[in-house]
Amino acid sequence: MSKPVIATASLAGCFGCHMSFLDIDERILELVELVEFDKSPIDDLKKFTRPVDIGLIEGGCCNVENVEVLRYFRKNCRILVSVGECAVMGGLPAMRNTIPLKECLEEAYLNSLTVAPEDRLIPNDEELPLLLDRVYPCHEIVRIDYFLPGCPPSADLIWEALTALIQGRPMKLDYPLIKYD
Amino acid sequence: MPDKIKFTIDGKECLAEPGQTIYEAARANGVYIPVLCHYEGLKPVGSCRICSVRVNGRWMASCTQPVTEGMVIENAVPEVEEFRKAIIEMLLVEGNHFCPTCEKSGNCELQALAYRYQIMVPQFPYLFPKREIEAFPGFLLEHNRCIQCQRCVRAIQTRDGQKIFTMKNRSKDVRVNVDRKLAAKMSEDQIQKAMDICPVGAILKKEVGFRLPIGKRKYDHRPIGSEIEEKK
Repeated sequence: MSKPVIATASLAGCFGCHMSFLDIDERILELVELVEFDKSPIDDLKKFTRPVDIGLIEGGCCNVENVEVLRYFRKNCRILVSVGECAVMGGLPAMRNTIPLKECLEEAYLNSLTVAPEDRLIPNDEELPLLLDRVYPCHEIVRIDYFLPGCPPSADLIWEALTALIQGRPMKLDYPLIKYD
Repeated sequence: MPDKIKFTIDGKECLAEPGQTIYEAARANGVYIPVLCHYEGLKPVGSCRICSVRVNGRWMASCTQPVTEGMVIENAVPEVEEFRKAIIEMLLVEGNHFCPTCEKSGNCELQALAYRYQIMVPQFPYLFPKREIEAFPGFLLEHNRCIQCQRCVRAIQTRDGQKIFTMKNRSKDVRVNVDRKLAAKMSEDQIQKAMDICPVGAILKKEVGFRLPIGKRKYDHRPIGSEIEEKK
């Protein structure tokens, strides 16, 4: 039997969850034995090369590119997991959700004290993905199968969830594993 | 001395003093019933309903309901626990609870209850309401996190009994209101008391923050309520 295939993505996140994933330390050697990686920033594969068993999503959706990547993952992954507060509830980027987008852009690019007068311009290049009206948790865009809260979720939680999914057993969630910060 | 009252919680035979509420009696018998709006020493208001139990088949708020002889109380049964979990989830989506940026994180009772009930994601959609942050001379009032439990309203008064915190508006617009003149005269200790009594991070003392490192906070290692459950 071939090894389970996993893929990861960072949407509107800070890559902190990926860093936390790497905090599994020497268990990374075990991970290499357990799974194969497909599309992920870790191996820099840009496209899926085969059907994937488990997709790990870090970050919520703040622009159209995030939505596209998330849908691409849903299409190609059997199990999709929201990893971290941003994916689960929007996280820190969602702090803009109570402020209209126009005001956010004006504050950042026109009115902020650190913007030089000659640089006052709201970026509007077709190369840039359009921002959404607010930041959306992943499960408001596509179906998500599992949720791992935390900012970031500890390496122990990610490891426990991943190994449980690979082995097809229930996750053993000890009290210290579930944290929202 | 009046006789003790006999009752059962989830089949466990318990004794209560006359006049004790279900919550108090359960606690004295080593049974944890979660509370949010209730705080020891304050007059219970029974507004959050997290302490709901089923008594002889009927739903009751255990922080306000006195124990009577022969009560059959259901506490840690799936239906009651699911009901409580739903309340916590509603509270989490109703405000803006960004735990990673909140200095009450780790000491927050709402968060601790969510941990205890292992809430990975609320079953309801996030509302992201627009709320204000009010500043007073010694503290901040973070309406994004306030759950309207009224603990501050009941606990914090001036020496001559005037309320510093009150409630205004009704229904979904209900907010904590602060008397600016009285708030300006609050002592450091009183502000600290207000912050400590707030179950969430809505009242924050200025010029201190993140005093306890991660790992040393109240709910980092043990679930809320475990100190009660360990007694018996």
